[in-house]
Order: sequence, then structure tokens, then C-alpha cells
Amino acid sequence: MSDASDSSTPAVPPSLQAGNAIPRRDFLNEITLGALGVAGLGSVAVTYQFFSPNVLFEPSPTFRAGNPDLYPVHSVTFLQDQQVYIVRVPEGFYAVSAVCTHLGCVTQWKPDTGMIACPCHGSKFQADGTKIEGPAPRPLPHFAISLTADGELLVDKLQSIKSEQVLKA
Amino acid sequence: MTVHSALQQLRETKVWKSIFRRGPANTNRTRSLAVFGNLFLHWLPVKVREKSLRVRASYYLGSISFLLFIVLFVTGILLMFYYHPAAPHAYRDMKDLQFVVSNGVFLRNLHRLAAHLMVFAVFCHMFHVFYRGGYKPPHEFNWVVGVVLLLVTLFLSYTGYLLPWDQLAFWAVTVGTNIISAMPVVGNKIRFLLLGGNIVGENALLRFYVLHVVILPLIAFLLIGIHFWRVQKDGGLTVKPKDDDGKE
Repeated sequence: MSDASDSSTPAVPPSLQAGNAIPRRDFLNEITLGALGVAGLGSVAVTYQFFSPNVLFEPSPTFRAGNPDLYPVHSVTFLQDQQVYIVRVPEGFYAVSAVCTHLGCVTQWKPDTGMIACPCHGSKFQADGTKIEGPAPRPLPHFAISLTADGELLVDKLQSIKSEQVLKA
Repeated sequence: MTVHSALQQLRETKVWKSIFRRGPANTNRTRSLAVFGNLFLHWLPVKVREKSLRVRASYYLGSISFLLFIVLFVTGILLMFYYHPAAPHAYRDMKDLQFVVSNGVFLRNLHRLAAHLMVFAVFCHMFHVFYRGGYKPPHEFNWVVGVVLLLVTLFLSYTGYLLPWDQLAFWAVTVGTNIISAMPVVGNKIRFLLLGGNIVGENALLRFYVLHVVILPLIAFLLIGIHFWRVQKDGGLTVKPKDDDGKE
């Protein structure tokens, strides 16, 4: 690098004199690698966006469950398409997820034992979603339930609520 | 005209000489050149110790795994001619292969059984290498390549499991992708990307199909190439130290 300060070369600004100067090869290498790095990160981000669908052709997580009169008191009704139980108790209604909190199998309401049971790994729950036995780690969640203006039940599966909250009949 | 003289005549032609730029492999030098000069053989060793070829109970497991992979590659391509990776068709195409397509049930079962056997063979191969100490220097890198190949084999099995689109497939993938979502922080995102949605549906079937027939086989081929090449570069197949002591 001492060759750079050859006497025949014209005066160089002090900031670029030997010691401070970056060799041209290193400079170009760094610029190129930097540009490739930015382009690489950008392509990762763009590819990630590409693989995340913007529109899903899946059942809507918010759905109408019909007239409240459809559900007699002390009943557990399984809605197949939505994978939700509508439970009617004397105090009112609640909606319990039918998807097991263990590994996502769809559970079944067993009227003879009064339990919700999972066919995959044997988890058992009460009708209000409370866990009776594992391997499920958590109780079945309750979904937000309300009445529409025209008096139908409306369940929102995107919103989990506390199990004490009951829609008054 | 005998077969030998016909072959001799073929060797004299300009076309043959343009492809194989060497004489007949009848000396050690030309035999080595035959291996070096062939794309499909050049990663194999030109010389193998006779002792390393001795048949033992645990032997040829890697070769068996590779042979099964080739069987799966060929039968898989044939099955693709009748299979549509879309929800109304997938299950029916699988049933058609079983009951309607000539020899379809043979190909489907060959693919299915070879897949089961390959997982078994790869595990046996890994146990064999492990208990023989085949992971020790200078083979550490090839051991790591082998572990990745084991994972690729399992992912191939898992993605192929969904394709019949029956109840077994559906629930197996539901359970499997829920295991992924148990991963902290990124689990749910990875599940969403893998399924192309929140449920095991059309998008999931297509994504698993593309992974199964394109991406994972390409990765497997690449890694198998490196794996074989490294066996040679790391000094050939391992020989028991006590075999090594004696003169060869």
C-alpha cells in the first residue's frame, strides 16, 4: 500500500492518503456485497409476501347460528360447518369451540356421559369447555356470542371471551 | 459376426469415439479414466477396498435407501400422470389409480411401500453409521448432510401423506401442522404459510403437492450427490480399524 504515495502522483487530499484510503478493490467488493445483501433481503421479504395469501376461501369466522329458539334449555348443539358447540343453559347461551386444544382434532359431544371427547388422543371436556382430562393443555375456548338486530345468534370465532360470560336468554 | 467383434466395430465408429474418449477399460489406468470421465460415476471412488465390500448383516443400507429413492422417483413421476392436486379430484384420482387405471394399484402400492421402507432403511443406515462411529472425523460433515437427508426423507413422507386426501391424510396433517404451531413465536406463522390458510384445504393440498414433487426431491437429489461425493473425498467407505491393520 506504500506504493500509493508515489512521488509522481498528483497531490492527494489528506483524507484519502495511505492509511485512510480504502483500496478500490475492497471498495467495489463492499459496494457489490452490500447491494447483493439488500437485494437478497428484499427478495426474502417479497417471497414471504407472495406465500401469504391475501384472500382466503375459507368459511367466515363470523357466522349466524339461527334463531335462539332453535336451542332448547340444557342442550349442546354441534354446528358441523363451523366446528362450534352452541350450549343453552338456564342462564342463557354460550359458544364453545369444538376444536381440541391439543392438536386440532374436532371433538364430539357425548350426551350419554355429558362430556365432550376428542377422538384423536382422548382428551375430555365438560360441556362448558372445562378440561376433565388431558393431553389437552387448555380448556376449550368460548367465542363471543351476541344477537343480531333481527334476533339471530351471531358467533365471532376471532374473539375469545371469558367462560363466565353468558348471553342472557 | 460375434458380439465381441460387433462391439469392437462399434468402438471404432466416430460417434462412439466422440462420446467415450478412451480405449477399452482393460488396464487400471483406463478403468480409472472410465470412472473419472463419466458424469454419473465421477463421484464414486475409482478403487474400493475389498474388505469394505464384504457383506455384513448391516451392510448396503445406504445403497438400499438410494435404490428406494430411485423407485419412488420413477413411480412418483408415473403417478403424477393421473393425479390432480385439487380437492374434488385428488381422492377420486387416488381411487381411480387403485381400481380403474391399468397397473395403477401396483404403482401406487409400490410408491407407498417404498416410502415406508425408505424411512425404515434411512433410520437403519443412520443407526449403522452411528454405532460404527461413522460420524467421527473426517466424516463429520457427511454425517450432518446425512441428518439433513433424514429430515428431507421425513418431510417427503409427511407431504406425500396428505395427497390421497382421505380422512387419514386430513387428520394426520391437521395434527402435524398443529404440532408446528406449538413452536414459540413463529409457530402459527409457519403453519399459516405451510397450509396457505388457517385450515387444511385446497391451498394446503397444492402446497404439499409442490413440496412433495418438486422442492423436496430437488433438495434430496442435491444432498445425495454431495453425500456420495463426500464419501469418496473423506477417504472411502469406513473399514473397521482391525481390518485396516492387516495388509491389503
